[in-house]
Amino acid sequence: MAFSHKHILGTAQLSTDDISLILDTAESFKEINQRDIKKVPTLRGRTVINLFFEASTRTRVSFEIAEKRLSADSINISASTSSVVKGETLEDTARNLEAMRPDIIVIRHSASGAPHYLAERVNAAIVNAGDGAHEHPSQALLDLMTIREHKGSLKGLNVAIIGDITHSRVARSNILALKKMGASVRLLAPGTMMPPGIEKTGARVFTRMEDCLDGADVVMMLRIQLERQGNTLIPSVREYARFFGLNRSNLKCAKPDALVMHPGPINRGVEITSDVADGDQNVILEQVENGVAVRMALLYLISGESVSET
Amino acid sequence: MKILIKNGRLVDPSQNLDDNLDVLVDDGVINAIDHDIQSSDADLIDARGMFVTPGLIDMHVHLRDPGQEYKEDITSGTRAAAAGGFTSVACMPNTEPVNDNLATTDYILQKARICGVVNVFPVAAISKGLKGESLTEMGELKEGGCVAFSDDGHWVSNGDLMRRALEYAGLFDVPLISHAENFSISGKGVMNEGFVATELGLRGIPWVAEDAAVYRDVALAEFSGSRLHICHISTRGTVEIIRTAKARGVRVSCDVTPHHLTLTEEAVRGYNTNAKMNPPLRTAEDLEALYQGLRDGTIDAIATDHAPHHRDDKNVEFDRALNGIVGLETALPLVLMLVDKGAFSLNTALAALTTAPARILSLPRGSLKKGGVADITIFDPEKQWQVDSERFLSKSRNTPFEGWTLKGRVSRTLVAGKTVFQDLES
Repeated sequence: MAFSHKHILGTAQLSTDDISLILDTAESFKEINQRDIKKVPTLRGRTVINLFFEASTRTRVSFEIAEKRLSADSINISASTSSVVKGETLEDTARNLEAMRPDIIVIRHSASGAPHYLAERVNAAIVNAGDGAHEHPSQALLDLMTIREHKGSLKGLNVAIIGDITHSRVARSNILALKKMGASVRLLAPGTMMPPGIEKTGARVFTRMEDCLDGADVVMMLRIQLERQGNTLIPSVREYARFFGLNRSNLKCAKPDALVMHPGPINRGVEITSDVADGDQNVILEQVENGVAVRMALLYLISGESVSET
Repeated sequence: MKILIKNGRLVDPSQNLDDNLDVLVDDGVINAIDHDIQSSDADLIDARGMFVTPGLIDMHVHLRDPGQEYKEDITSGTRAAAAGGFTSVACMPNTEPVNDNLATTDYILQKARICGVVNVFPVAAISKGLKGESLTEMGELKEGGCVAFSDDGHWVSNGDLMRRALEYAGLFDVPLISHAENFSISGKGVMNEGFVATELGLRGIPWVAEDAAVYRDVALAEFSGSRLHICHISTRGTVEIIRTAKARGVRVSCDVTPHHLTLTEEAVRGYNTNAKMNPPLRTAEDLEALYQGLRDGTIDAIATDHAPHHRDDKNVEFDRALNGIVGLETALPLVLMLVDKGAFSLNTALAALTTAPARILSLPRGSLKKGGVADITIFDPEKQWQVDSERFLSKSRNTPFEGWTLKGRVSRTLVAGKTVFQDLES
């Protein structure tokens, strides 16, 4: 099966076949990450620029490791070291990078649509590593991979996504991808963090933690952004934890074998208690492990037919 | 010098006229309107197949002069107006320096006299520096030629200042124009709040940010008894608030832009920065309410909010792009398109572009009555053309209508009997 996309801008663009192909490819790459010599020549001679306009540890390192294990030459640019601080526009930054002929640009940006903006203006393939509150496709795909490994299939599963849905690109990418793969998606957030019209995606909106968790196969907790607390969205972290936090007691409403997931970084004791985050049902570090494999798969698939076989 | 406009279909809402009538202009003044006028010494304009209307009046434009002449200036802006069939424009005070003082008003009027081709009526600021802190010298500014006061783009959030502004301006019988937006509600929003914003991950501006501001403004107008005009309304709620206020006798009027009548939030998809404006494009339901508002007289005027911006101000991430679009050169055909669709009548549309803004701003214009100034627009209602922003007379190109095929093209624009624009392709 052929992969027809030049860019990875979001899960919105991906078909069910695309997603299955990405997950299958990631499964095959996962084995490389468990070898002693974790390197294949697949993307030898390719140049990948990781252009991060927003702070990131996990995602940036994950992409960089994926690139290095595929033998691509990777370059990291972060906002603090870039010409952005000198007032250069995104277009000029892109055109200057383009002049150095990179093959792929991985971009994270606080403005929704920034990767789409780049994709219209440069020849390199663009991979969205998170844009504003819009999409974070590689995160959703690694989440799907993790769920699929445990549950065999995504079809028919009940997945609860709980937290600040309004500001979450992880939630958007996951809702779209999960619905495409036949899962049922349930959402829970304070009214101030539930974006208008979200039910039009086919997700069901809940108001009580216990109802949202009832019979869930997967519980995906979102990070509550403590740095936003100058805002008016919630009265206090304490109250948030009481009504929207996952703990050992309310987790019992979910199926006994429900997976507990979190995209990180975790606020322990806020959206999730430590005993649950570290408990038997958590697959949080598997998500991180699968992240490398999924990103290898994405880089490989958009590099087309001309790459050497592994 | 005499000019005879023959064979056209004359539509003048100020006189309830819609008939095949000729117009004789003598020395810049309407001399006669009648069937089959004969004159041996007049220059003849053959308007066969054309509409002949009072010169259009745009009560809300940004000419960017002084201060941002790289976007527009009085020379280019008035030519764009003429090309769009407008013979008069009221220009907003958010220039650099702000038009909050007589010297700036004088500059605008003098430059318009020397370089402009249409009538320019300055709107002065309500508050000094648009800061919402203290009132401008409204009496002197009115004497100096300003026709209204507005902190456009900056809602006067201080309720006491807005009350005092209404009370003070009421003395001079000059309307206040309010950009109704409660910024504490709209926050950092960049488009209409709703499912499209949710999908695109863009911060939303809910309709209540406008409605809440309109409620307060209307209450203050009712309290003070002064004249208030709400500009570029965009929500169904605003239409309803103004409808009921008018029914109670509140002295409130309002306008709507051609783009808020033709586009919805869907236009933002693809992160199109030329669909970014404030107020934001709303929903199909809002459009229907706006049509109804025009039909029943709740909405008085149509104004473009012509907001030229340089390419560099728009060719950026959506969050960073400036608000607004150019409108002068596409307004008339967009409105005619809505007339064709049956959204409202031709008479309603032309009244909203002529008599209504003249009445609101107390301008002795917008009519083809005998003895009045011969500001006249002649347009071909059937001529199709494709929008190509490279051919705009405006300095700026920020239009969401690029490539649209529109019907209706200005053939000739006359200001005080003088031709200031002529479509050379006709």
